[in-house]
Amino acid sequence: MAEVKLRDVRKTYTGGIEAVKGVSFDVPDGALCVLVGPSGCGKSTLLRMIAGIETITSGEIRIGERIVNDIEPSERDIAMVFQNYALYPHMSVYDNMAYGLRNRGTPKAEIETRVREAAKMLEIEPYLKRRPRDLSGGQRQRVAMGRAIVRKPAVFLFDEPLSNLDAKLRGQMRVEIKKLQRSLDVTSVYVTHDQLEAMTLADILVVLNLGQIEQIGPPLELYSRPASMFVAGFIGAPAMNFIPVRADGDGLSAEGGGLSGARGFAVPKQGAVLGVRPEHLTLSGIEGGALFDLEVMVVEAVGAETFIYGKLPTGKEVIVRLYDNIPKVGGRITVSAAREHLHLFDSGSGRRI
Amino acid sequence: MVEQRTFWRGVIPHLVLWIGIAIVAFPVYLAFVASTHEPTIISNGQMPPWPGSQMLENYYRTIFIGTSGTTREPVGTMLLNSFIMAMVIACGKIAISIISAYAIVYFRFPLRMTAFWVIFVTLMLPVEVRIYPTYKIAADLNLLDTYAGLTLPLIASATATLLFRQFFMTVPDELVEASRIDGAGPFRFFKDTLLPLSRTNMAALFVILFIYGWNQYLWPLLITTRDEMQTIVIGIRKMIVTADAITEWQLVMATAMLAMLPPVAVVILMQKLFVRGLVETEK
Ligand SMILES: Nc1ncnc2c1ncn2[C@@H]1O[C@H](COP(=O)(O)OP(=O)(O)OP(=O)(O)O)[C@@H](O)[C@H]1O
Ligand SMILES: [Mg+2]
Repeated sequence: MAEVKLRDVRKTYTGGIEAVKGVSFDVPDGALCVLVGPSGCGKSTLLRMIAGIETITSGEIRIGERIVNDIEPSERDIAMVFQNYALYPHMSVYDNMAYGLRNRGTPKAEIETRVREAAKMLEIEPYLKRRPRDLSGGQRQRVAMGRAIVRKPAVFLFDEPLSNLDAKLRGQMRVEIKKLQRSLDVTSVYVTHDQLEAMTLADILVVLNLGQIEQIGPPLELYSRPASMFVAGFIGAPAMNFIPVRADGDGLSAEGGGLSGARGFAVPKQGAVLGVRPEHLTLSGIEGGALFDLEVMVVEAVGAETFIYGKLPTGKEVIVRLYDNIPKVGGRITVSAAREHLHLFDSGSGRRI
Repeated sequence: MVEQRTFWRGVIPHLVLWIGIAIVAFPVYLAFVASTHEPTIISNGQMPPWPGSQMLENYYRTIFIGTSGTTREPVGTMLLNSFIMAMVIACGKIAISIISAYAIVYFRFPLRMTAFWVIFVTLMLPVEVRIYPTYKIAADLNLLDTYAGLTLPLIASATATLLFRQFFMTVPDELVEASRIDGAGPFRFFKDTLLPLSRTNMAALFVILFIYGWNQYLWPLLITTRDEMQTIVIGIRKMIVTADAITEWQLVMATAMLAMLPPVAVVILMQKLFVRGLVETEK
């Protein structure tokens, strides 16, 4: 059991690429922290620095009470699950799980019980004698998890462990990882670029962009109060609608019309960007909210919900999620959003106003 | 119609294969036939197409006694010498090149790339090219007529090093990282992961290198002077006398047959691994 603390951690690769530019955050004991961000934002680099397989250019990483900057990965009391699983192809499932314990000189009987226990937990007991190549993707994934579990580490590190699985299996494994992490109560850092995984798994969500933290907090807080357009656009699917606006009396207006209401915002002179999520737009008029006049371009019925792709007079696309009273293509609708679901961002810096 | 096409599809490749086999096997068969007759029959130039009655006798003489005139050593000794040479060369080449490839791929040390290129350049310097200096060094080190002299100069192998390097580069980095997390240092990683993964590659190389070592001619010719150090390839040549004496062709042919056996045995024994080593990598 341990907390993980990062203080101003930086990584510059040879060749001068600054992959991580000063990142600080804490993961409390037993919490699952998800690092999320677009490809190339430095998530893996950060995780690998915590694991110790990448050197730290500057800053400090603590696991528990120790500063681990100069400690070998095997001594850090961590276990890592890789995206491609990195199972030893020539070893049986059992040996894959036992290898780390053997290297540490764990007694044979102890190894046996730990491996059996983990195999039982992950339901891979029937495969213990097989080689990894004789397993399906999902089973390999479990073996990789098993290899991490048997070590009883203080910290689990996951680098996109589910991205090689098909959608259905990914959903199942996501739930299982969550359950497993809860029951083992081990501090975990989990890297993904899938916002759904991030939202559902995280106790703490860290959104990274270009090697820096954009925002950090509980997932729902990031959803309801995104600190920047980047976070707002990254979290939630389909993504938030962004509409350039300017001040109009005490309300807002969009260039070319189609927007009214939305009073009480302090809009800078040069204009701002209004953000509203598809799921917060409804056909019923909402007192004090913003009203959008849209021409319906595309109607996409997904089953339970329907996404309407509408167009403001300027041609700006706005997505609306509806459940009933579905309009026809080519028709006009007026949708509204409540005041608390409107987000205003600086059009220059993208920060929340 | 369809059946006919599949029929022809089956027949033509087989026909081609059979012709190929016949071309390769016929001389071998002739050699075998020659090794089973009396010497006079062959010298007369009237060799019958069927094996004769002298087989056991001829082979016994070849292996344990030797020819009467030219080579005083029996072929048994030569077989042993050749076997030792081919084995040491094949194993030595594999051992040295896998270790150097490991160093080049997995460690960052000064002049690493220089080392790599130097090894690469030696591809252009086979024994034949550097034979004089190599001989001089071997002679100065008193390695003439020793197994060390016979094998050491042939052991360094750029080809095998490059081959292992290519293979190691395809081993995912995550495997190294997983090993590090599992507490395996460089030596353990090499022994527990890299060596087992290279098994098929090593087998394929072994087959090729064993035959390479077995077929060495020029170097053993230079470095060995004493009869008991002779290899079989040289022995065969020495048995064929050009002047004065009569070549005992039946014994020469028996020796040739015997010389073929070990490489064939190696290929047959390692066939499965050999093919796997060439076509797939275990990952
Ligand atoms: N070994 C390396 N040498 C040089 N640059 C590297 C190295 N590894 C990563 N980078 C660079 O560092 C940046 C961050 O890479 P990183 O792998 O951490 O991204 P990521 O967030 O994990 O992306 P993805 O979602 O695609 O896995 C990238 O610009 C990448 O090109
Ligand atoms: Mg990554």
